[in-house]
Amino acid sequence: MARTLSAPVTVAFDYTRSTGPVLGRFLTGLRDGVVVGARTSSGTVVVPPPEYDPVTHQQTTDFVEVSPAGTVTSWSWVPEPVKGQPLDRPFAFALVTLDGADAPLLHAVDVASPEEMSTGMRVQVRWADERVGHITDIACFEPAAERDAVATEQPRSGDMPADADVDPVTGIITPVELDYVYAASPEESAFYRGLAEGRIVGQRCPACHKVYVPPRSACPSDGQPTSEEVELSHEGTVTTFCVVNVPFMGQKITPPYVSAYVLLDGADIAFLHLILDIPADQVRMGMRVKAVWKPEDEWGTTIENISHFSPTGDPDADYETYKNHL
Amino acid sequence: MAKQPAAVIGIGQTHHRAKREDVSMAGLCREAMDRALEDAGLTLDEIDAIVVGKAPDLFEGVMMPELFLAEALGAAGKPLLRVHTAGSVGGSTAIVASSLVQAGVHKKVLTVAYEKQSESNAMWALSVPIPFNMPVHAGAGGYFAPHVRSYIRRSGAPNHIGAIVAAKDRNNALKNPYAHLHNKGTTVESVMASQMLWDPIRYDETCPSSDGACALVIASEDVAASSPNPAWIHGTVMRSEATSGAERDQVNPQASRDAAAVLWKQAGITNPIDEIDMAEIYVPFSWFEPMWLESLGFAEPGEGWKLTESGATALDGRIPVNCSGGVLSSNPIGASGMLRFGEAALQVRGQAGEHQVDGARRALGHAYGGGSQFFAMWVVGSEKPSS
Repeated sequence: MARTLSAPVTVAFDYTRSTGPVLGRFLTGLRDGVVVGARTSSGTVVVPPPEYDPVTHQQTTDFVEVSPAGTVTSWSWVPEPVKGQPLDRPFAFALVTLDGADAPLLHAVDVASPEEMSTGMRVQVRWADERVGHITDIACFEPAAERDAVATEQPRSGDMPADADVDPVTGIITPVELDYVYAASPEESAFYRGLAEGRIVGQRCPACHKVYVPPRSACPSDGQPTSEEVELSHEGTVTTFCVVNVPFMGQKITPPYVSAYVLLDGADIAFLHLILDIPADQVRMGMRVKAVWKPEDEWGTTIENISHFSPTGDPDADYETYKNHL
Repeated sequence: MAKQPAAVIGIGQTHHRAKREDVSMAGLCREAMDRALEDAGLTLDEIDAIVVGKAPDLFEGVMMPELFLAEALGAAGKPLLRVHTAGSVGGSTAIVASSLVQAGVHKKVLTVAYEKQSESNAMWALSVPIPFNMPVHAGAGGYFAPHVRSYIRRSGAPNHIGAIVAAKDRNNALKNPYAHLHNKGTTVESVMASQMLWDPIRYDETCPSSDGACALVIASEDVAASSPNPAWIHGTVMRSEATSGAERDQVNPQASRDAAAVLWKQAGITNPIDEIDMAEIYVPFSWFEPMWLESLGFAEPGEGWKLTESGATALDGRIPVNCSGGVLSSNPIGASGMLRFGEAALQVRGQAGEHQVDGARRALGHAYGGGSQFFAMWVVGSEKPSS
């Protein structure tokens, strides 16, 4: 058996990005099927346009349309593409200096093998079937013939398609997803395994003798490793709490609910849990509560084996008994 | 070797809004930076180093944003530092920037802090469920509400104190053109009537979610000599503590009390309420005004709410607090601490406009973050510190 428990976690959100006027101009161009760069104060044309000039620090304003064809200046082969990359088959990442630009753009080149890639090769944009104002409007680059008429055309300033001003791209949506494995510490793992047996097991700090539940790997107050296990009562006192009335994205429990700090008898620190079996507006500081366990066949190695805490019906604890836990 | 004198000679901030869809993250920072530089009479090329701060990366989903921001912030060829201490980061970023000047390393440091909360959802970002744990977390409000309840129980404060703070700060915000919320006609009664979100915290007692940035130019003594009205730094302090120690005081944390004691000593202050002319205190939920008044030593433990109730923290009171409208009126989280520090500096420079406290000569800027875990504070004054 592994010493520690672990479980997968996915953190994902569709972030909304405001592009600002400069990157917005670039993305508007992509939507309209043209590649837009900008001329910096030193006269070089950069794609995508930098938001601020590297020398004067002023916002970039001199936009330039460049060719959709260019030259590979460096590249790297991707033999095993992963999720979210531009192509789902082996491809090259390449720095492509578009004709009319002085600095390269990083993108994918769709060829079957690295033998088909070379520095100095000519490539051209393969546009996505549907263009929305995103870097993926360039599906990828593909090998191109030698310089053609388009490729030799000089960059044009101030000669942009009319609808760029009418309906500019101002924002994009960037889905971000992070998959990782959460590992509990050995001490927490022992706590969760205890829960799988219907027990609540804390640990005592050898220096300050405080009992922590869940146990920490080291006492947060004095840094001493904790090891002495202490089996705790399933009853305790609500020290303080709040009533959550607000719904929010990702919420697991339907509001309203009472999120309370429960100080188990024998423990020196309270932990957060749910209070049920009593109207929320009747929950009190000092209220005595007991753990209500789920049916045993639903248990796992989780604090959620305890469905909630329920009032015992005993008189409330004296304020003096828990005031140092607020 | 003693610290060398340093002063704030430029202050800039954005117009804070729920969504600043007209600018990118870089554009938001530059809006504040360019205003601070103009105020200081300097250009980016004259700046020696850039110090940037923001709150957790999950808020915008950009890991290490200082990498892609470096050029737009004018940091190419200069030292660029990024600071992170959760909600207090705006304050600690300003302190890191000032320490570079006080240590004699640099003469002109520009510091900027920002948040673009509209790019995601802070409540979601602060409540990602952790395996094996009980999923009862409910954002910052859900974290702090039980501790507010503890304060009310401990101090015996009447229920409407939080509403007094909220009504005051929202009305102060009407005098601040940069504030996010301009809610006219906010009264104690209207706050009390607003929805209970995380009982005991009501909707109107809660900070908004904002896009915004703040920037400061901090300069050495010789550079500041040519500034018409520098805000001299009289003391800076940061303290941290563990969030989860047994019997930790969540209402009046040890790190907060320790930080305040050191700060007043540095600034030569023995009685804060008489010697500080105004304070910008990090109050994201209204009840934290009386809580921090006590922790900072403006009132005895259990007595902070009486100061609030008496009107002492109003713009014309004995110790005006959050004349700008505070975090309750503008909350670009990463920038919120620097806004407190910057607003304190504006006051002692006499540049706070309609929300200026007459004759303010020494002011407090304060920020806290995490689970009341990180604290950052400074005192600024219109006079050069004597020692």
